[in-house]
Amino acid sequence: MKFAMLIYESPDAFASRKNDGPHDPYTGAWRAYHKALVEAGVFVGGDPLEVPETGTTIRLKDGKRSVQDGPYADTKEQLGGFTILEVPSLDAALEWAARCPAASYGVVEVRPLAPETRRRIVE
Amino acid sequence: MTESGAEKVHRTIERVARESYGRLVAYLSVHTQDLAGAEDALSEALLKALTVWPRDGVPQNPEAWLLTTARNSVIDFFRHQRVVLDSEPNLMPFIPNSVGDSLETKYPDERLKLLFVCAHPAIDPAMHTPLMLQAVLGLDAVRIAGAFLVSPKTMGQRLVRAKTKIRNGGIRFEVPEQQQLPPRLDAVLEAIYAAFGIGWDDMTGADQRGRGLAEEAIWLARVLLEQMPGEAEIQGLLALMLHCEARRAARRDPDGHYVPLSEQDPKLWSLPLVEEAERYLATAFKSGRLGRFQLEAAIQSVHAERAHGRPVEWKAIVQFYAQLIRLSPTIGRQTGYAAALAETDGTERGLEVLDSMDRDLVAAYQPYWAVRASLLERLGRNAEASEAYERAIGLAEDPAIRKFLLTRRG
Repeated sequence: MKFAMLIYESPDAFASRKNDGPHDPYTGAWRAYHKALVEAGVFVGGDPLEVPETGTTIRLKDGKRSVQDGPYADTKEQLGGFTILEVPSLDAALEWAARCPAASYGVVEVRPLAPETRRRIVE
Repeated sequence: MTESGAEKVHRTIERVARESYGRLVAYLSVHTQDLAGAEDALSEALLKALTVWPRDGVPQNPEAWLLTTARNSVIDFFRHQRVVLDSEPNLMPFIPNSVGDSLETKYPDERLKLLFVCAHPAIDPAMHTPLMLQAVLGLDAVRIAGAFLVSPKTMGQRLVRAKTKIRNGGIRFEVPEQQQLPPRLDAVLEAIYAAFGIGWDDMTGADQRGRGLAEEAIWLARVLLEQMPGEAEIQGLLALMLHCEARRAARRDPDGHYVPLSEQDPKLWSLPLVEEAERYLATAFKSGRLGRFQLEAAIQSVHAERAHGRPVEWKAIVQFYAQLIRLSPTIGRQTGYAAALAETDGTERGLEVLDSMDRDLVAAYQPYWAVRASLLERLGRNAEASEAYERAIGLAEDPAIRKFLLTRRG
């Protein structure tokens, strides 16, 4: 089963991304976690996202375009990245989510992908 | 009634529920053979208490009041159900003389039977601990779900399914016969220890609501020992948990950093808990019926010698691990054995044991990689050590341990 781990981070966490290098606690933890996912053979894909302020939202309302700067949701914690996992069950996905560095400083939402909907759209 | 008066009543209800929950559920379910029904009846009684007690005052014997009220609702339920004839005998001793009578002031403690039902072989072993936490301690599904890392809805459904099986599957509320007792008791002990392990894992201090799961587990083991005082393995389990619990304050430095056992300051260990653990272990050993929990407690007891200024006898630890592996060679035991062997027979020997372990089994087992990293580091094989550290960091769940390993790796 494929699951998405949606990673929500606070402004502080977004700020600590700048301290790079394998010895930095933020980057070091994420590098190690990513490697563990890959070596366990559960990593399908995923990426970090740029800071929320770089987002641009667009909607069409009554045929009128409306474009706004910034992220869609006005919350303290913002979507910071996502990872797609292939694991046997939700239990296994949650186990990996608990090990995610963001679980201790932010929030990790685990949600199944929707293969049926995908099939109807893609095929 | 004043605000503070109402609060006082609520606190009383909470306290009575806390102290008597398991006893009441056990007593009710033994008589109805229906755990879910007993729990429902008790929560109904608790709800009723929330409205009646602030109005009429707290009854003289709150526990008896709850029992009578819950019992009446069970009887009502059975009457509604037009209970099938063969259930009637079970209900007979159960018909109340009058509401609030004093018969219940001394009702038998049936929690032992309840513990054996929760860890019954017909129930999925993964549900033994959650059932105990709910039925005997009254923890709600949300809290249990968090501890077991499943969604609250899923945990709720699994609990309901397990209780339906208890009711419909002919699982009797009884203490097993002598010849079945050892395996059945093992299952109960395993479930209690699992609760302790979870409580131990989340000792980051996140749980502010009441006692932690570790303390709940110790309490369950005490209940069990009270009812079966001669059982060496119960004493062993208690000794094991008390030894670990004694070190709680030493596992973090004042800044919240993780401190591994070998670097803990024994002066921070709770000496009364260490001594209590030693007493249980000594009594257990005298019985001559050695078992898994006594062996694990013995390992902790060797470490505890540092509290008396004595060095750790690694040779003894190696022996105890070897015995544990003979009982069942789990990856945890093999990892512990390798770490101890590195102290007595040299780092290379320890590493050899780690090398010989099943690659697939250890792939996601965090302690294996942490031990491996430290042994490689000692041998000066820095590149391999760094890789093993990376693996241990990636698999760590506790942020304090993750941070500790990140620092170690450098």
